[in-house]
Amino acid sequence: MAARTRYAPDRGLTVRMTATMFLLGLVFVAFVALIIGIMTAAHASAAAIILIALIFGGGSAYISLFYSDKIALAAAGARIVSPQDAPELHGIVDRLCALADMDKPRIAISPARMPNAFATGRNSKNSVLCVTDGLLYHSGLTQEELEGVLAHELSHVAHKDVQVMTYASLLAIVAGLLVRFAFYSELFGGGRRGGNNGNAALLIPLIMLASAVVYAISFLLIRLLSRYRELAADRSGALLTQNPSALINALTKVSQGMNRIPTQDLRTAEPLNAFYFAPAMKLNGGQSLSNVFSTHPSLKKRIEQLEKIQLELGKPGPDPRGLR
Amino acid sequence: MGFLDTLFGRTKPVQPKLDDLFGLPSAAVQLEAATGFKPTGSGSVSFRAPEGKPFADIQREVLELLAMDDDKPGGGLPVEVTKDSYGYTWIVSNHMSDEMDALVTDLHAVNTELVDGGFGPQLLCTLVAFSDENHRRLSLVYLYKRGTFYPFAPLSGNNNRDNALELQVKNVLGDDLRIEQDLTRWFPVWGAPGL
Repeated sequence: MAARTRYAPDRGLTVRMTATMFLLGLVFVAFVALIIGIMTAAHASAAAIILIALIFGGGSAYISLFYSDKIALAAAGARIVSPQDAPELHGIVDRLCALADMDKPRIAISPARMPNAFATGRNSKNSVLCVTDGLLYHSGLTQEELEGVLAHELSHVAHKDVQVMTYASLLAIVAGLLVRFAFYSELFGGGRRGGNNGNAALLIPLIMLASAVVYAISFLLIRLLSRYRELAADRSGALLTQNPSALINALTKVSQGMNRIPTQDLRTAEPLNAFYFAPAMKLNGGQSLSNVFSTHPSLKKRIEQLEKIQLELGKPGPDPRGLR
Repeated sequence: MGFLDTLFGRTKPVQPKLDDLFGLPSAAVQLEAATGFKPTGSGSVSFRAPEGKPFADIQREVLELLAMDDDKPGGGLPVEVTKDSYGYTWIVSNHMSDEMDALVTDLHAVNTELVDGGFGPQLLCTLVAFSDENHRRLSLVYLYKRGTFYPFAPLSGNNNRDNALELQVKNVLGDDLRIEQDLTRWFPVWGAPGL
């Protein structure tokens, strides 16, 4: 493609994201190797546990992939709105989709007063973009700022973040299930096994320990990946609207709005966190530690990146005699 | 988007396809024969200007850009620059209603200049306006990124469009223009300048 484009991709972000995904894959391979090793040494009950965990894990990943839109909409109490119901919202999304050359997602509004937005669905044909009443009416966002938020969410759809994050979470789901199953089988099956095989009594705790470690590592890596995906969506969104400062303003306003809302509301929103525009968690002290666990990068980091894009947009275009 | 782009969460700026615009004059003849809709002589190009500049500056720069090379087609074009309520910049070109060829040449020149200026990924659409004896309005909208056209017929009143007319136009022009087959992409452009 003879691209005349004004901006280069962010190599640093790509490298960090690749490294994260590579580590996640490495943990997965090591885990599978370990499990196979244990299985070859083990008898039927350990193998059955692992098989069941894989089936359950795969099943729940499948469900979250294919029903993510319905589940999320139901959890948020949102309803799909037609262009007649919300002409302005549709107008903004229509234009952004035409600009980005992507399928238009369905649009939903959730009655929550907390200002936020999320996009979900396994691909662009099946995705839903949901905004809350709070974002539309109580956050004081201007139309440009609202557009910035919508462009960020559309970028999540374009990047297929639901798919990527589901695949990335598969390992953690399976490992987490293994811990639980191994624990129960230890609890209920311990007596029967003791007589016939001395090794087996050790195997189950071993699987449990390995799974717990794998779960912890993959959990942190997934959170890291999620933060990178947020930065990537901020970046693509700002480049699409050509208006990073509106997105900065929106982020600031929404984050402030989130902190004013009582905790009760926020907790009910937590399961959806990974897909939200801003995390619905209260940030308290101990920043450095809470950053490791959070699904979203800190406001400071997001704004820093957007300010860099601001500078990029200010640079001259590829044509020296052209506009800027 | 490619697999790697998905993996790394990045979007490539989509470059526009411009040459299909030249199918418009013959389509206009066909349209008039079949439905009685005539070009109004007005057409417009919409794009997203980068932030951080007062609109007056963008306006001036676009006009300068278009007037830059008088020897090129498109040099010194008679155009107006306006901004709509969604924050998009529109460049409107006005001709006589029988000068469809000239209008399309101008619109193509405006687009080419914008692409050369690095605005290719920010181009939204090109729109050509038609009307019939009953003052019904119709426009053909060209989506750069897909290289397709679709009809948009706003009804007077509150954001309604004449879907029957649009589908009729789709059938009439099917042979002359590449019509967007995915109806969900026929996004309305209410209040577009030049319509």
